[in-house]
Amino acid sequence: MTRYLLPLAAFALLAIVLGVGIKQSKTKGVVVSPLIGREAPDFTLPDLLAPPKKFDSRSMAGRWYALNVWGTWCVECRAEHEVLVAARQAARLPIIGLNWKDDEAEARSWLAQLGNPYEAVPIDAEGRVAIDYGVYGAPETFLIDPRGVIVHKQIGPLTPEIWERDFVRRATSPTGEGS
Amino acid sequence: MKVRALFVIVGCAWVSGALAIDTTRLPDPALQARYEALTHELRCMQCQNQSIADSPVGLAADLRREVAEQLTAGRTDDEVRDYMAARYGDFILFRPRMSARTAWLWSLPGLLLIGGAVVAWRIVRRRSTMAANDPEFDAGDEER
Repeated sequence: MTRYLLPLAAFALLAIVLGVGIKQSKTKGVVVSPLIGREAPDFTLPDLLAPPKKFDSRSMAGRWYALNVWGTWCVECRAEHEVLVAARQAARLPIIGLNWKDDEAEARSWLAQLGNPYEAVPIDAEGRVAIDYGVYGAPETFLIDPRGVIVHKQIGPLTPEIWERDFVRRATSPTGEGS
Repeated sequence: MKVRALFVIVGCAWVSGALAIDTTRLPDPALQARYEALTHELRCMQCQNQSIADSPVGLAADLRREVAEQLTAGRTDDEVRDYMAARYGDFILFRPRMSARTAWLWSLPGLLLIGGAVVAWRIVRRRSTMAANDPEFDAGDEER
């Protein structure tokens, strides 16, 4: 009896392991951030939009907002930019643009040419704030709630659908968790 | 002939030095050794199959700077690992840590070894009882 049972059990176990692997293959390469559900790290950085002034992340307390990590060297950020500009025009969720390891002059001319979707643009020239947020490839966008907790993280460019479903809907639903 | 061989060796050493991505040198050799070990076991999140010591991308350089600064400031290796894992998840560690989720990973080789030993022992015991209960088998064995 065990003669057949044992190989069968081994086969079933292998099938389960491989099945789980196949099911997860779609999200292979996407790393779930351990920061979701935790408080967003506070930072103070110079603001590209208002030179002598600094942007303090604590000034956003009490509001929902999106923190978008971008750079002029980032190819996919260009494709994403018009989605952000449209989002700003809809004015349903403020966007802060963390300018990651970029050239200031180039960042300025990018915003002048393509439009500015951001309420503030903290300059992270050394990439230290990006490390605190576990950023590993721009564009990345965080949704932060009024208590300052990271609710969601989008890795890769936003589309109008993703922006609406994962960001605006969560931020505007009364419970704070979109359906 | 010998001189030429020497040139080749020196040349290779020079080129490999010039091609090294990470040129960080910490003042203390012990610290430098820890730095090199740590940067080789942290994953470059952008390229995913390289360590931050081997990767030329900007983020890897930033993370190396972070490791160097923290070690110089007196943090332990585990504190640096925790710092990285808190931001990037356990995925950044090439050596998985012991936790409830990875317990099976660490215990599986041991369990398989025990399982194999049990199977082997049962087969040996069965054969030996077979041989003991079978006079013909026994006799045949002696003849050979």
